[in-house]
Amino acid sequence: MLDFFNIDSLLSEDERAVRDSVRRFVDERVLPIIGQCYVDGRFPKEIVPEMASLGVLGANLPEEYGCAGLNNVAYGLIMQELERGDSGVRSFASVQGALAMYPIYAFGSEEQKKHYLPRMAMGEIIGCFGLTEPDYGSNPSGMITMARQQKDKTWVLNGAKMWITNGSTAHIAVVWAKTNGDADEQSIRGFIVERGVTGFTAKDQKGKLSLRASDTSELVFQDVHLQADALLPKSGGLKSPLMRLTQARYGISWGAIGAAMACFEEALSYAKNRVMFDRPIGGFQIQQERLADMLTEIVKAQLVSLHLGRMKDAGTFTPQQVSLAKRNNVSIATDIARECRRLLGAVGILAEYSAMRHMANLESVYTYEGTHDVHSLVLGQALTGLSAFK
Amino acid sequence: MKIAVCIKRTPDSESRFKVGASATGVDETGLKFDMDDFASYAVEVALQTNEKQGPGEVVAVAVGADNVQETLRKAMSMGADRAIQLKADAPVFDGLAVAKALAAELKSGAFDLIFFGKYAFDSSASIVGTATAELLGVPCVTAASKLEIANGRGTARREIEGAGEMVEFPLPAVVTIDEGIARPRYPSLKGIMAAKKKLLETKPAQLGPLRVTVKSMELPAERPPGRIIGQGAAAVPELVRLLQDEAKVL
Repeated sequence: MLDFFNIDSLLSEDERAVRDSVRRFVDERVLPIIGQCYVDGRFPKEIVPEMASLGVLGANLPEEYGCAGLNNVAYGLIMQELERGDSGVRSFASVQGALAMYPIYAFGSEEQKKHYLPRMAMGEIIGCFGLTEPDYGSNPSGMITMARQQKDKTWVLNGAKMWITNGSTAHIAVVWAKTNGDADEQSIRGFIVERGVTGFTAKDQKGKLSLRASDTSELVFQDVHLQADALLPKSGGLKSPLMRLTQARYGISWGAIGAAMACFEEALSYAKNRVMFDRPIGGFQIQQERLADMLTEIVKAQLVSLHLGRMKDAGTFTPQQVSLAKRNNVSIATDIARECRRLLGAVGILAEYSAMRHMANLESVYTYEGTHDVHSLVLGQALTGLSAFK
Repeated sequence: MKIAVCIKRTPDSESRFKVGASATGVDETGLKFDMDDFASYAVEVALQTNEKQGPGEVVAVAVGADNVQETLRKAMSMGADRAIQLKADAPVFDGLAVAKALAAELKSGAFDLIFFGKYAFDSSASIVGTATAELLGVPCVTAASKLEIANGRGTARREIEGAGEMVEFPLPAVVTIDEGIARPRYPSLKGIMAAKKKLLETKPAQLGPLRVTVKSMELPAERPPGRIIGQGAAAVPELVRLLQDEAKVL
């Protein structure tokens, strides 16, 4: 893996060790199977136990809950390496760690944390995160999923969630709902809904042309009866799920670099070996410019995410800075994947090569966890003080 | 059971090597170093043997400058209990001197088994394991591709030209490990964090006099460019002739 700017020198020994261990796992376990998984439209569940024993699930949560207790830069490097394999594999880990485990850690009771987190770190319990609804994506405050508390303190949940990664695989869903008929976003609370409860169904999203090696589902809740302890007691208001999205978006800013690195390495290798007009196509200026542009954007993105991670570890980062990193890094990765596909010529459309798979995946990553456009508006608001949302 | 595993830090074998300014070693600028592949098999065998034999101790040992500590910590992140660096500031080519330093450390350790890689990729000398066994006065099995330990004895398989042979030996013993015996485990992320808290001792390497040193190093000659000798079936006789007479590979 080319490290043109010697960015490794900015990483600690254990950050590099974590990165190298996950890198080897991806090389040996993910890359040999992922092209076929993508063609088959199948998430490779068989790698989950090994991912778990490696420790990538909730890796930045504390050791007392069975996690590795890594810093945020090491966590980011894990996301980078997983997405070098495939955005679907990284999405699985992001959702499990940042969107399912993290809310339980941040908003759950001690009993909930002790019950769920060690089992989720071991991959015995898979989680998903239900915020987006069919008619409420970029504007989650409008959600219509509703939980009503009964006289005996239990809850009844009704509604539907859409575009839910891990939805059909998951044993539990962390579901966000308004409460007790109150349409205000302040009434939003988080609930842990276990698979198998009456009235809860998960349906695979069919016909995806992106993230095909990932499980994406629709969740439906029809008079789902939940015990009082299903509530995440410290959750309150829309800011709770949005805080978790900031966590996940941070990881995505790193993940996108991984996809871009995979495409760049593929493009570079192909350019040096593919002979046309009696010389490697890497000798033509047009391909050299492509490669130079790819490398430059990757280096810039790496430095953005690394600095963001250092600020996150220091507790000084802001959601707007995460917006900048997610927006930039996913956008450049999408462009790099497309340029790589073009450099590869005809073979670039084959599943044997990774460029077109990454290119199609990144269109989802561009759209989820805050669309590129919404992050533009977040930055616009930060710059001007004027909200485009109201 | 007490097990030592002696490891070496070597450059990534897929690197592009350049001869250094002194012309007696490679230029390390930009090279990525890691535990030698054969040493990583040896660590895996040491850990598996320890797991099978019940609670014991696995100690990783290496001769080298301070950058070898990273390699020792990798062994500990895989599961070794502690590590010892025998400090030598310059690279040591004399395998017997390395063996003397290792034997001086290992002789008082009461180890039942001492593992090495069958050789290290960078020097390919195959000296250190066997010489250490000789200095310690214990039996040595080289290039083991399978290993069983039971009742104070070991059984190992060795791959030899066209056959395999099974050998038996009493413990304590030195065994050097061939590839394919076991896939080295990934250092788990918890293991990496735990390794930072494990004991890593540094002691001076008792190398003694270095009698073999590298005088000069040179890269192999550039390969001549390929040539096209014809097309289709008609070219086959000429191709076979060249492979026989010129390349001498048939």
